[in-house]
Amino acid sequence: MPEPMMREATSARRPWRQRSLVQLTLVRFREFLREPEAVFWTFVFPVLLAVGLGIAFRNKPADAVVVGVVTGTASGDSLATRLAASPALRVERMSDTTAARALRTGEVALVATAGAAGGIEYRFDDTRPEGRSARFTVDEAVQRGAGRTDPVRVSERRVQEKGSRYIDFVVPGLLGMNIMAGGIWGLGFAIVEARRRNLLKRLVSTPMPRAEYLASFLFSRFVFLLLEVGMILGCSMLLFGVPVRGSLLQLLAVCFIAALSFGGLGLLIASRAKTTEGVSGLMNLAMMPMWVLSGVFFSSSNFPAVAQPFIQALPLTATNNALRATMLQGAGWAAVMPSLAIVAAWGIGCFVVALRIFRWR
Amino acid sequence: MTLAPPALRVAGLRKAYDDVVAVDGLDLTVNAGECFGLLGPNGAGKTTTIEICEGLTAPDSGTVEVLGMTWASDERALRERLGIQLQETQLAEKLTVGETVQLFRSFYTTGRDVQEVIDVVQLGEKVHARVGKLSGGQKQRLALACAIVGDPELLFLDEPTTGLDPQSRRQLWDLIVELRASGRSIVLTTHYMDEAERLCDRVAIVDHGRVIALGSPRELIASLGAEHVVEFTTGAGGHALDRDELRALDGVKAAREQDGRWTLEVVELARAMPALLGELGRRGLRLGELATHSATLEDVFVSLTGRQLRDA
Repeated sequence: MPEPMMREATSARRPWRQRSLVQLTLVRFREFLREPEAVFWTFVFPVLLAVGLGIAFRNKPADAVVVGVVTGTASGDSLATRLAASPALRVERMSDTTAARALRTGEVALVATAGAAGGIEYRFDDTRPEGRSARFTVDEAVQRGAGRTDPVRVSERRVQEKGSRYIDFVVPGLLGMNIMAGGIWGLGFAIVEARRRNLLKRLVSTPMPRAEYLASFLFSRFVFLLLEVGMILGCSMLLFGVPVRGSLLQLLAVCFIAALSFGGLGLLIASRAKTTEGVSGLMNLAMMPMWVLSGVFFSSSNFPAVAQPFIQALPLTATNNALRATMLQGAGWAAVMPSLAIVAAWGIGCFVVALRIFRWR
Repeated sequence: MTLAPPALRVAGLRKAYDDVVAVDGLDLTVNAGECFGLLGPNGAGKTTTIEICEGLTAPDSGTVEVLGMTWASDERALRERLGIQLQETQLAEKLTVGETVQLFRSFYTTGRDVQEVIDVVQLGEKVHARVGKLSGGQKQRLALACAIVGDPELLFLDEPTTGLDPQSRRQLWDLIVELRASGRSIVLTTHYMDEAERLCDRVAIVDHGRVIALGSPRELIASLGAEHVVEFTTGAGGHALDRDELRALDGVKAAREQDGRWTLEVVELARAMPALLGELGRRGLRLGELATHSATLEDVFVSLTGRQLRDA
């Protein structure tokens, strides 16, 4: 028999750091922070993405519309001169063949040709927004130059409000996408990797409480979540002035519930798979439709009405709806409750099934 | 000591995977304080047997009693008192040696000091090294450290030295001998006969999921009734040799031929060699290769199954 005096410290007087839940959670941090790629994709990438999108879709003062005018005839030259006087237009003088090519490649939004009988022909692609707006801008200049007067007097007031720009739309979407990816990748990959390496089996051959192993993933997710949300929100508030109109506490609560729910989904995806290739396929299968359908980069209302019940029931759609309502509309608890209920239902359902079918060996 | 329950008692164990029977009616008793070896070729059912004993695999039928307890009723208490090294566990590569042992220590209510265990397995200089940077032998010693950090009464070691270089094997052997000396019961599987001979008080030779021989290495070798083994080949005409005639030679107990290579189990080398050379001379055969060695567990296995341990 082993000497009893060789045994040390019973759990009752064990320092907190030596408790298994603390140790398991520390392992999660260590493994994550020692994987530079993971740090990049989780923290740096979403910020870069937000910055990139913010710059690409920044609201700029309306550019002058570029139009081509076929010159070389007297009526053509005169048309070019008249149009060039309008501040809303930039006129490119060109031959008929050059004009056709410029229109095709999008260098000009519209080509105007003066006809023999004093008429003017507009050539443009009516499926392109620039083409349609160029047609009205050019026509306005032509008709007004010819002396048209408006029967109704109108006035304009220009409004550019924070909260309705593209960057304002996309930041909550990126936040939701990141929470989803963190939960699914963070749990799914690490668990399957541990199973593949026989590490899960080794762990359950010790007295380790299994619930603590799974809990360590959720605890570490929560800590990373605070950092992720802080990074993305902080950067987009500083750089683009993206607003948080609702309560910050409510926003965090939405993030936490979503992180729990996607953690459950990640656990479910990882519950049986034995290879990392297998689980990657499952993860993509789960995430891909939501990237497209759930209103990350563009509104999910673009999809046909018949698909809407399905799309609205997706956890990422519900998460994004709750995030946008809280950030952009300043909605209160009552307004986000239906979305949160969907998110929570997914989470509970996934956890229940995952724990039932989980393969520890 | 005699009152202590056996460290392990297994009766009528059976386990089949799909249509392959891995364990086929296996019985074992491991006494408290002994080092017991399951020796057999790959695929003999050793790992399945040991994983059933470890409570990691459920048997189709049969009973398993570990330290007087069963997995069904005492899993939690048993886990506290066992140390387990699985055949192939790749511990987390990003953690350091110290962090890994600390993690495993945290699972046990009582156990040994982390630093002390690391020193015992001679990884003191590697405390801060990442697991991924360790050599094969160092990884195995780390796995052993994780198995003993809970101060177990019974250790299960599944192929602890497979794939290691000779020096690393010897290092691990010394550690296992020390653990045995400190009073722990040890069950290990191996397909190395020298490992079983060196470490084990008793050995069960396992083949096709059954125990085909049981005893101390000395007893098993003695059961051959021959102390030495002679292996030889001849020049052309070797097929003319007759098994029964060779067996009838003075001092020879058994004879076998495989791929033109003859193996004789010999009681006394000094009597058998002249007789063998005489027989070859009478038939006009030239001796090709000749080798002799003291009988080993390998020869016991060959004598029982007609196959070599390594390539069985």
